[in-house]
Amino acid sequence: MRKYVPKDNVQAKAYYTDRFHVVPRVPREKVEEGSHFAEVVKAIGTDLKESYIEISTLVLHINPEDNFKVIKTLKERCGYTQCSEQSAVDYLAKENEFELFWQLLNVKEAKRVRVVCRLEKGLAIESIEPLFKSANFAEREMFDMFGIKVNNHPFLKRILMPDDWEGHPLLKTYPLFGDEFASWYEVDKIFGKEYRDIIGPENRDPAKIDIEDTKRFSRVGYEVPFGAEYNGEEEQGIEYSETALVNYNKKASKTLDERR
Amino acid sequence: MQVANKLSPFFENLNFERDDNTMVINFGPQHPSAHGQLRLVLELDGEQVVKAYPDIGYLHRGIEKMAENMTYNEFLPTTDRLDYIASTSNNYAYALAVEKLIGIEAPRRAQVIRTMLLELNRVISHLFFIATHALDVGAMSVFLYAFREREFAMDLMEDYCGARLTHSAVRIGGVPLDLPAGWLENLATFCDKVDYEVEHTYEALLTENRIWKMRLEDVGVISAEDALNWGCTGPMLRGSGIPYDIRKEEPYELYSELDFDVPVSDRCDSYGRYKLYMEEMRQSTRILKQLIPMYKESEPQLMAHAPQYISAPKEEIMTQNYALMQHFVLVTQGMRPPRGEVYVPTESPKGELGFYIKSEGEPYAYRLKCRAPSFFHTGLLQEILVGTYIADVVTIIGSTNIVFGEVDR
Repeated sequence: MRKYVPKDNVQAKAYYTDRFHVVPRVPREKVEEGSHFAEVVKAIGTDLKESYIEISTLVLHINPEDNFKVIKTLKERCGYTQCSEQSAVDYLAKENEFELFWQLLNVKEAKRVRVVCRLEKGLAIESIEPLFKSANFAEREMFDMFGIKVNNHPFLKRILMPDDWEGHPLLKTYPLFGDEFASWYEVDKIFGKEYRDIIGPENRDPAKIDIEDTKRFSRVGYEVPFGAEYNGEEEQGIEYSETALVNYNKKASKTLDERR
Repeated sequence: MQVANKLSPFFENLNFERDDNTMVINFGPQHPSAHGQLRLVLELDGEQVVKAYPDIGYLHRGIEKMAENMTYNEFLPTTDRLDYIASTSNNYAYALAVEKLIGIEAPRRAQVIRTMLLELNRVISHLFFIATHALDVGAMSVFLYAFREREFAMDLMEDYCGARLTHSAVRIGGVPLDLPAGWLENLATFCDKVDYEVEHTYEALLTENRIWKMRLEDVGVISAEDALNWGCTGPMLRGSGIPYDIRKEEPYELYSELDFDVPVSDRCDSYGRYKLYMEEMRQSTRILKQLIPMYKESEPQLMAHAPQYISAPKEEIMTQNYALMQHFVLVTQGMRPPRGEVYVPTESPKGELGFYIKSEGEPYAYRLKCRAPSFFHTGLLQEILVGTYIADVVTIIGSTNIVFGEVDR
């Protein structure tokens, strides 16, 4: 029987985990009264679901519908005038939702806030591009990488991947070396789909190194002239390259008779 | 509209369809002044840009995806390929983020060496900036002089870690090596050399140069509000009059102990930014000179002691059973940081380089987001290029100092 491989998360996994291993959590601190962060929490008020300080950043959990409102409050009332980063984390396998975050910076106070919300699969989020222009590229990247649609974005289009790409590369369901579509992308695009059979998977990847290939001199130490027949015997190596190779035969190395 | 097929070639650089007398041209992705694989679609009215659309992704290698499939230590050399002009700053930003996540601090000597390498990389990057920027604008000789000094800095890096471009000179929890013999003397000579050359070569050639001033003054003006709004950081933000340097405001490593100034320019144009880069090089050598005595006072320990996360020194691994076991587990399985998330900003030569890491307690990061300064500076191009002339486009791209390794990741 074939080994069962979960399809919802095809990323690398630890090959061994101790059954009794309890994963600790990075300490979360409460927001102290009277601090700058306490004022931020107060300004947001009832929209807030949860707030704590994790590694000197204030983390604010909100509902996905309120993102524009909360970030507008942060910008206009709390002085968070820069949106450093925005992206998402894929939790589709476990909870069927994405975690979206916005990393904001207050230049005057040198404080950072992270606004976090959980967005169900298939729902769209409101764009914060009217508040922060930097979200223009960041939201496009999020759309490209996760397929999360952004409402009222001026130009929501793939940014890093080609426009005609299928799939969203940073999803946990997307394999590291690409899916079927990715591996045939160039062939499909240049020659057409019907050429998949003619070219075949063995010729698909131009960077692939074939041991029998005499034209690319990929066998160090056993090169043959360009285009020559390769008969598979590896004795007729070229002398000069032998020097570059370490000879691991027994005669060349010295073995001690007993331990020192 | 051209119809491209196998028989009739597609003229990629020209779009012959004209609408209200504008012409659309492709600037790049193979243009030598595009600083890498930037494809800039420019709509021109005569010589004036009416619309600019930066198209990126030609160097996309999926580094964030790779981070989810590599253990924390495995991923570190990959960060070299982000901003390949100053690799150590990427290694460092990543290592610092993981260190914050697992809650350890590098020992004193490692901190000194790291700060030295960071500042050396800043000089390397800024020399590269001034070289290519001047070359783009047309001052050929500055390129040669700046690369001469950059070569010395690269030699120093090579003496330290053996690599000139992809350094991987920082490890999570410290640095792998101590400084080689005679390195500090070479560094001191290099600092003096840079100080001298900045004043007597680059500034002498450029600052009062009439052509240089005409090409740079009032070109690529970014207001302070725009700079914040578009996510500009580093020299781009300080060039617009906002004195925000992460080394000063949110100090990491030894920057809180060091004495240096943050140059700010409120000119908001390319010339102001050029002056800023020059001043930053001086500040970097000032920092480097202060670090030399600090190194001599420090204890020789190079890696933090945290057996759960970081392998013991080689000597212990070779002599002590338990250290060898720990090392084996850390190499084969990788370290398992606690569950949690962290965003750590650092001041790379280009701006704010931050790593967001979401850990679920596995040896693989659940999500890693690299906040690259150049990505947002590229986004800014669609705003500041509009209304400028095509000759200034090259100046503005050069002045933003973007590197495509970190734009596309």
